[in-house]
Amino acid sequence: MTEPLLDIRGLKTWFKTDDGMVRAVDGVDLHIDRGETLGVVGESGCGKTVTARSVLKLIDMPPGRFEDGQILWQGRDLIPLSMEEMDKIRAKEIAIIFQEPMTSLNPVYTVGDQIAEVIELHQKLSRKQAIAGAAEMLRLVNIPNPQRRVHDYPHQFSGGMRQRVMIAMALSCQPKLLIADEPTTALDVTIQAQILELMQEMKERFGMAIMLITHAMGVVAETCQRVTVMYAGKVVEEAPVEALFGDPRHPYTQGLIRSIPRVDRSAEKKQRLEAIAGTVPNLLDPPPGCRFAARCKFAMDVCTQAVPPLKEVGPGHFVRCVL
Amino acid sequence: MSAPVASPAAAPARADAKPLLSVRDLRKHFAVRGGILSRVVDKVHAVDGVSFDIAAGETLGVVGESGCGKSTTGRCILRLIEPSSGEIWFQGADVMKMDHNALQAMRRDMQIIFQDPYASLNPRLTIGAIIGEALIIHKLVKSRQEMEDRVVQLLETVGLRPDHMRRFPHEFSGGQRQRIGIARALAVEPKLLICDEPVSALDVSIQAQVINLLEDLQEQFGLTYLFIAHDLSVVEHISTRIAVMYLGRVVEIAPAAELYDTPIHPYSEALLSAVPIPDPTIKRKRIMLEGDVPNPIRPPSGCHFHTRCPIARPDCSQRAPLLEEKRPGHWAACHYRE
Repeated sequence: MTEPLLDIRGLKTWFKTDDGMVRAVDGVDLHIDRGETLGVVGESGCGKTVTARSVLKLIDMPPGRFEDGQILWQGRDLIPLSMEEMDKIRAKEIAIIFQEPMTSLNPVYTVGDQIAEVIELHQKLSRKQAIAGAAEMLRLVNIPNPQRRVHDYPHQFSGGMRQRVMIAMALSCQPKLLIADEPTTALDVTIQAQILELMQEMKERFGMAIMLITHAMGVVAETCQRVTVMYAGKVVEEAPVEALFGDPRHPYTQGLIRSIPRVDRSAEKKQRLEAIAGTVPNLLDPPPGCRFAARCKFAMDVCTQAVPPLKEVGPGHFVRCVL
Repeated sequence: MSAPVASPAAAPARADAKPLLSVRDLRKHFAVRGGILSRVVDKVHAVDGVSFDIAAGETLGVVGESGCGKSTTGRCILRLIEPSSGEIWFQGADVMKMDHNALQAMRRDMQIIFQDPYASLNPRLTIGAIIGEALIIHKLVKSRQEMEDRVVQLLETVGLRPDHMRRFPHEFSGGQRQRIGIARALAVEPKLLICDEPVSALDVSIQAQVINLLEDLQEQFGLTYLFIAHDLSVVEHISTRIAVMYLGRVVEIAPAAELYDTPIHPYSEALLSAVPIPDPTIKRKRIMLEGDVPNPIRPPSGCHFHTRCPIARPDCSQRAPLLEEKRPGHWAACHYRE
C-alpha cells in the first residue's frame, strides 16, 4: 500500500461555547488515496463539514481548537503549520468549494479578478496572463462566452453558473485534492446533475482526488468510490461504495439508506419508510458508549458502556458496532 | 406581454370523483418595480394559467424546480397571495368571490404547513398558545380547560408529549417543530392540507418520520393533501397523482406510478432522470438538460421549455402546447409526444 494522499488520524476539533465544550469532531479517522472520490456522509451536526474545514484549517480558533489527532498531507502533519505555510497548501494543493456559491464569492469584484487572484498568488504570472488564465478556466467549466463573462460580477450568474465559477477558481492551480462541501445542496436537481457531471469531468482531466461532503445518499452512490459515514462526531462505518449500499453493517447506515424514498422502485410503492426514531445527541455532553445507542433498535447494555472499536468486516469495510 | 398560454378546455380530473378543489387557469403576475420612481417596469408570470383538480382523500403532488410557481400556486389557493385571475372552487364554493369573513371560515377547512419550521412559529408564544390560537379564532372550544385538553390530544396525535405545550419553539428540533406546525394545522380539523415543502429543511432520518406521520394522519382523518416539493423521490412516495410545473405552467399531470414509469413530457423525463438513485449498482442513462431555467420575467415564447428541450422543433417557439389527455388520466402539454 502506498501512502495515502490525506490521512486523518484521531482528529478532535472541539469548540468552546458558553455552555461548555462542543465535541463537533471527536476522534475521526479517514484517508483519501490519490485520484479517488471519498464520500463523507451524515446528517446535520455530525461533524462532516468541521472535518473538511479542519483539513484546510479554516476553523476560527478560538472558539475552535484541535484537541488531538493528526492531519497528514502526503505524510506531513498540517496541524502545527503556521498560517503562511498553510497558504502555500491552500488552493495550490488542496482546494475547497462550498454549498452556497453566492456567499463564497466576493460581490464587489468580477469573477475574473477573483480567479486571477488565486492564479497570481501561486503562479508567477502577470495580471493580464492571470485574467486570460481565468477565462480559460471558465471555458473549461463550460461557461458560455468565457472571454466576456470573465468581466462579469457574481450577481450576474445563476446559482449553477456560480458553482461552476467556484469550481473554476478551485481548480485554477490544479490541486491534488478538491474538498466539495455540499456542492449541489442549494441547486435544483437538473443543475445538480450538470455540476456532478462537471466535477467528474474535471477529476478525469486533472487526476485529482475529491472529498465529497454530503447528506444525499443518492449523490454518494453515483459519484463516490469509497464512503465514510459519520454520526455525532465519529466515524461509524467506512466501506467501498458497493459494500456500503449492498451490505450496510451499522444500524445507522442501514437506517439512512432505508429512510430515503426511492424513485426507481415504484412497483413496491406505498411501502412505509423506515424512519430512525429520536434525534441526534447533544455534543456538549455526548452519551458514553455508542452515540447511536439511544436511537438504535438493536441496542444492548454493552452499547451504552463503552465506545465500540472500528472493526474490519470485509475488505476495506469497517464498522463501529458491537454486532 | 401576451404569450399564448395553455388553458385546458377540459378539466384534468379523475372521472370517478367529484373534486374537493378545482383550480382553473390560475394566474399570478408580480409587478417588477424599477427606477427612482419605483414604476412598474415588468411583470413576473409566476403562475401562468394553472388548472387541476384534487379529489377528496387523494394526494396531489406538485413538483418543479425553483421559480416554477409551485409555492405561489399553493398560496394563491388559500388567497394568502391574491391571484391575478382564474377560478378556485373549494367544496363547491367560489373562493375568488369570498369576502374576508367567508375566507376565514373557508380556511377552517383548508390549512397550510410551511417549509421552514423555524420561521413559521411565533418564538414568543408557547406551543400551547400556538396550537390553541386557531381553536379560539374559530370558536371551537368553550373553556380554557377544553382548549388544553384539545391541545394535549393534538400533541399526542403528532407524536409529541403533553408537557411540551408549556415550552417555546426554540426548545425544539426541526423535526419536532414541523410536528408542531402539523398539529396547529390539524387543530381546526381541515379537509385539505397544503403542504409547502414540509420536509425539505429536515435531515433524511427525520424527513422519513414526518412523511410517515403525514401518511398516518391522512388515513386517520381522511385528509386530502396538496403536496408541494422539489424532491421527486419524496413526492413520488407520498402522492396519488403528480403535477409537474415548469416556469409557471403545468406541463404534465399523471398518476404517480405512471408518471415515473412512462413520463410523456420531455421535461418530466429529464427531471426524473436527474434524480440520483441510492444504489451504485444501477447505471442509468441520464438526460442532461443544457443551461438554466430561463428568467420568468421573460419566459421563452411558445412552449416555455423549448429552449432546453432535446426534441424541440421550430414551431415549438411559436405555439404553446395545450395540456391534453394523451392517455386516460395522463395529461401532458407537448406538441410532439403522444
